[in-house]
Formats: sequence, C-alpha cells, structure tokens
Amino acid sequence: MARKKNRMSTEVNAGSMADIAFLLLIFFLVTTTIASDKGILNILPPKLDPDNPPPKIDLNERNIYTILLNANDQLLVEGEFRDNPDGLDEDIKAFILNFGAPDEEGAALYNTLPASLKALSAKLPESSDDPGEAVVSIKTDRGTSYDKYLEVFDLAKKAYFDIYAARVNLSTDEYRALTGKNDAEVSLQDKGKEGIPMAISIAEPNKIGGN
Amino acid sequence: MGKFGKKNKVSENIPTSALPDIIFMLLFFFMVTTVLRDQEILVEQKIPQATQLQKLQKKTLISYIFIGKPKNTALYGTEPRVQANDALLNTPDIVQWVNQERDLLPESDRGLITISMKADRDVKMGPISDVQTELREADARRILYASTGKVNKD
Repeated sequence: MARKKNRMSTEVNAGSMADIAFLLLIFFLVTTTIASDKGILNILPPKLDPDNPPPKIDLNERNIYTILLNANDQLLVEGEFRDNPDGLDEDIKAFILNFGAPDEEGAALYNTLPASLKALSAKLPESSDDPGEAVVSIKTDRGTSYDKYLEVFDLAKKAYFDIYAARVNLSTDEYRALTGKNDAEVSLQDKGKEGIPMAISIAEPNKIGGN
Repeated sequence: MGKFGKKNKVSENIPTSALPDIIFMLLFFFMVTTVLRDQEILVEQKIPQATQLQKLQKKTLISYIFIGKPKNTALYGTEPRVQANDALLNTPDIVQWVNQERDLLPESDRGLITISMKADRDVKMGPISDVQTELREADARRILYASTGKVNKD
C-alpha cells in the first residue's frame, strides 16, 4: 500500500467514528426501555370446579397464621392490631418453625435444622404443630392497596426464603438467585425446601372499600 | 502520509468535517420517523417495590399484563383498567388473551406460561383479584408480581 503510486487516499477518516457510535448509543438509550422481568412469583390455586369441589381439609386454627389487611391498609395479625408490617417476617418464621406438636416426620425434620433455626422453635402449644402443617393466610379487602398487599406478601416470602437459605448455608439473596439452571442449583433449592412447603394462602378479598 | 506521497497531484483527504452534521441529520431523521416496536403503555405504571425478587430462567414464558389507571382519563375513565399487548381489555377477555399467548409458546412449555402482572401501586386489590380469578379460569396459574428492588431499611 505504502509504496504504490496512490493517487487517491484509500482511507476514510475514522476520527469521528466515536461520535457516531456515541450518537447511536444515546439514541438507543433514550428510545428503548429496559425490560425488567423481576418480580415475586406466586402460584395461584387451580380454578374451582363446581362439580368437583376441592376436598375440605380441616386445619387447626393454630396452624393458620392469619394476616388481615383492611381497606384502610391496617394490619390485623393473629387477632392483634399492628401499626406497621416491620418484623412480620420474623414472627412468621417463628410461627412456621414453632414445632408445637410435630409428628414423626416433623421431629425428624427438626433434627436436620441448623442451630440458628432450632433457636426459633418456641414449641408453643397455641402456635403451629410443624412446618408441614403451617399455613400463612393473607386476606385483604377489595379496597386494600396493592402496594400494601405486596409488602406483606413480600415479607411472608422472605420468611420462607430465610428459612430455606439458612438450611443450605446461603444468604437469602444467594438462595433466591438460584434459578435451577443446573443440577447443583436444583439440589440446593430442593434441600432448602424439603419438608417445609411454602404455604402462603391468598384468600378471596372481602367486598369492602372497592368495587 | 507526506513521506509516501511522491507523485500526488490530487489531495488525498476527503473532507470529513461535515460528517458529524450528516450523522446528526440521520439521527434526527430516525428519531422523528421511527416508532420502536415497543408497547405503548396506556395505563399508569408506578411499579411497587419489594425485596424478595426472583428472576425467571426463561424469558419467553413471560407474558405481560398491565394494570393501572388509564393515562387518557377522558377516553377510558379513571377506574383501573387492564392492558395486554396494545389494547385495554375487559376482565372477561383475559381468558381469551391468555389462550392466545399460550398458543404462541412451544407445546412443551405451555403449562409453564407465566403472567407478569405489572400493576400500579395505587391500584386496589379488587381489580387485581378479579384478574387473578380470570387467570385461574384460564389455568395460567404462575404469576409474577412485577416489582423493583427495595433497599433494605436496616
């Protein structure tokens, strides 16, 4: 190239390439939105079949942790008024891990728990029998704000994730980041969940404060 | 250049000082004329915050549904509405929409369809639970309450 008798330069000035790239970049930054696909996963119950109603399961009241949220976004947790949902996750954890009257499986499960979770077990007779039986029930009014509901649901999820994570020696964030994309992650997930199903029940809202 | 340019009679340089202007013109041209194939959100979206966020492994399984107060209140009123794809839906139409979305997925994944509910934080639980009832009806039971991360208070 150098020694040939160039009459015309074959180079195009590339000095402004950076500017062009910048412009394009800014263009895309401005016009596109980043799709956020993060959220709190919830599995709804199957639809009601009028011919085939679900079997009625009698749960002892002590096995249900009732959280009521009214149309004014006020909280009633286990029959007691609460100013704000702070600390609710700890209470739910204590409820799930109460082990008031565990059956054989429950007792075996208790023995597998790490010490930090065993410490939460108060063995109160008026709280849940064992984690397999415990249900967290969230009931709202139609007028309850979605924001508040999500906050409470979030805390209930946190309680379960905290327990799962503690069982596999991970932090809660690390446990939640497991997506199950390989066998090691799946086994960790299963190990965390084993024997403690995430039982968060969302009741049909009352017709108060909404339409 | 001067080193090699022995017999240059013609100047080698193409004048490039006008190039930025040309690019600017192109940029403005595109900005004015193109519309990105992105859904126009017809309802207000102030996504609530939460801490226990999860990410789904497969994005293709997610269909988005938007719930909130219509932006154009003169046309659609002030009550929260449901938007899917580009149009506002009435609650009973959700089942049909879910079925359409499900048909777009490969057959093996149809049971795993996940609905990402992008609901405005000011929406009440009434409309939300109506949508959930419809989703149960459509047997699309995996839902994702879309939310943004919150910094822990403690």
